[in-house]
Amino acid sequence: MSDRILMAHGSGGKLAHELIAKGVLPALSNPLLDRLDDAAVFEVSGRLAFTTDTYVVNPIFFPGGDIGRLAVCGTVNDLSMTGAVPLYLSLAFVIEEGLSQDELGMVVSSVRQAAAEAGVQVVTGDTKVVNRGSADKIFVNTGGVGLVPEAVEISGSKAQPGDKVIVSGTLGDHGIAVLSQREGLTFGTELQSDCAPLNRLVAEMIEVSPRIHCLRDPTRGGLATTLNELAAQSRVSIRIYEERLPVRDEVRAACDMLGFDPLYVANEGKLVAIVPPDDAEAVLDKMRRNRYARDAAIIGEVGEASPGRVVMKTRLGASRIVDMLVGDPLPRIC
Amino acid sequence: MRFVDEYRRSDLAQAVIGRIRRGSTRKARLMEFCGGHTVAILRHGIRQLLPPTVEMLSGPGCPVCVTDNSDLDKAIALARLPRVILTTFGDMLKVPGSRSSLQEVRAEGADVRTVYSTLDALQVARDNPGRPVVFLGVGFETTAPTVAASVLQASREGINNYHVLSFHKLCPPAIRAILDSGEVDLQGLVCPGHVSAVIGSQPWEFVASEYGIPCVVSGFEPLDILQCIDMLVSQIEKGESRVEIAYRRGVHAEGNQRALELMYEVFEVCPAQWRGLGTVPGSGLRLRKEFAAFDAELAFDFDPGPTLHPKGCICGDILRAVKRPSDCQLFGRVCTPASPVGPCMVSSEGSCAACYQYGDGAAGE
Repeated sequence: MSDRILMAHGSGGKLAHELIAKGVLPALSNPLLDRLDDAAVFEVSGRLAFTTDTYVVNPIFFPGGDIGRLAVCGTVNDLSMTGAVPLYLSLAFVIEEGLSQDELGMVVSSVRQAAAEAGVQVVTGDTKVVNRGSADKIFVNTGGVGLVPEAVEISGSKAQPGDKVIVSGTLGDHGIAVLSQREGLTFGTELQSDCAPLNRLVAEMIEVSPRIHCLRDPTRGGLATTLNELAAQSRVSIRIYEERLPVRDEVRAACDMLGFDPLYVANEGKLVAIVPPDDAEAVLDKMRRNRYARDAAIIGEVGEASPGRVVMKTRLGASRIVDMLVGDPLPRIC
Repeated sequence: MRFVDEYRRSDLAQAVIGRIRRGSTRKARLMEFCGGHTVAILRHGIRQLLPPTVEMLSGPGCPVCVTDNSDLDKAIALARLPRVILTTFGDMLKVPGSRSSLQEVRAEGADVRTVYSTLDALQVARDNPGRPVVFLGVGFETTAPTVAASVLQASREGINNYHVLSFHKLCPPAIRAILDSGEVDLQGLVCPGHVSAVIGSQPWEFVASEYGIPCVVSGFEPLDILQCIDMLVSQIEKGESRVEIAYRRGVHAEGNQRALELMYEVFEVCPAQWRGLGTVPGSGLRLRKEFAAFDAELAFDFDPGPTLHPKGCICGDILRAVKRPSDCQLFGRVCTPASPVGPCMVSSEGSCAACYQYGDGAAGE
């Protein structure tokens, strides 16, 4: 048997069944999935959070992760940013014919590990195979549901003047790690993607301060774009301080070399929190004890004037506008 | 990190700013030639920190911006030819020509590929022996030697499907054109750091000696730029005009001889068309006769059509420092980085894009 995935693997016939039964199910096994009905059936009670995302990262394997880990973490994090406790995921692959079964196996294994780490289950899924050239190796689509605890009211529209802005760690690790592997641009670096599930971190933060106003993960477009979204949604201004921004030396060096600004480079395991000033220190303390937020820092505060505007105090003591990302300096990083 | 931290130290920066504020009594309108300097100045908020006597003007030093529509139209027409692969640095994709952009013709089916270096373009030519591969050569003295190296390499390897469309430009003649026009009241010139790393500081001497304008070559970190401004202010206060280097770790008076030799082995000086400046004699580079086979303008038969310029766009005036981006009625309304009308809003080194992105020095809250 060829170790490549063929069009027939997506036909719904014998090969397709074999691929699922041998390549996917054993790794992800759980009672809801193993029933293999057309839909997963489960009971929940409470406020449901529901999200979907699609992953097309190139290359599919990068330092610190791969498209499988990215898909699980991205979906878990989207749920977590509403304060929800993630429960169940759906997982669909669009595979380009010719992908090796080993590569698929590695992606599935990463899905398993990331789901186990986050404590979520993949309960339904799908696999399609398309002609060579109709996809690039593998695309992954996910859905996710989670339950929002009582009294938690987190939204991008809830930032208040006086609130503190916290970022959970170093900026731009994911974007630069992926870029360093890109064909035609490989450069040597020890840098790893920060790709990680943040649901436990969020639960710990909510435990300390159930009054957290906003949470968002600064993925594509980076911190600058996320802060602009929050400022616009909440109709407030945000001021940040350049010297407080955590950025790794490697990321800064790569950004200087390539003409990027770490403020605009993607993260996959970071969050921005906007919290009432009285709770900020306690939340920060708690965050720094989590392995995914050791470098957390209060980087700024929310203001009243000029709603929608984000301003940064530079190292030199001047102020400048921090606008949203325009264009696409780093295509397909997630 | 040793390699940049010391050039970003705020205590040192404050000290230099203090010295500029105390020392500057005479009018000092300073032009930063280079788009990289414009971006750094706005990104670090340097304009706000200067005394009212010192005013920074952005010059024409953005290669993407000064590429004329007539030249862009040639690249677009070439890309449309059957079987041609056009390779280019990413910045050029979105720049609108008279009727279209490379991005648009790519969407229509043209094979336009972004490369990060000329060696990547050469590799595309090796990988596609049956198809003509054109490298769109846009840039100043900093990039021209690398393009020259790719032509020499192609020649050595006998790669005969590699061609260069050369719109390369030389910086000193552009400054002469601006000064000769008499449109801009200028007391000092911030000379481009990377260009000067190749050509040296010597080619700027005429600005100091013939026009009496102080020149200082600057690096791109905040302290480099502040030191450069301090040195210019000091010359202006003393009534001197000399060429100095505030970027000694990168620039020597004589430049990079090896790079210059490479450049002139392959290219010869010719007139060039600049957006905003028109035809500037001795400011372009074309392939020498010996390398005519690599010259895309000669190798293909194509019709770029008549040149048109967008109504209301004042990129040309902005590139001559006669106007500022905020003087343009399209700026921020019709013309934004997401839907640019003129090239200064497209390029990451364009003054309009930098002003839009960072604010033009007075970030209100």
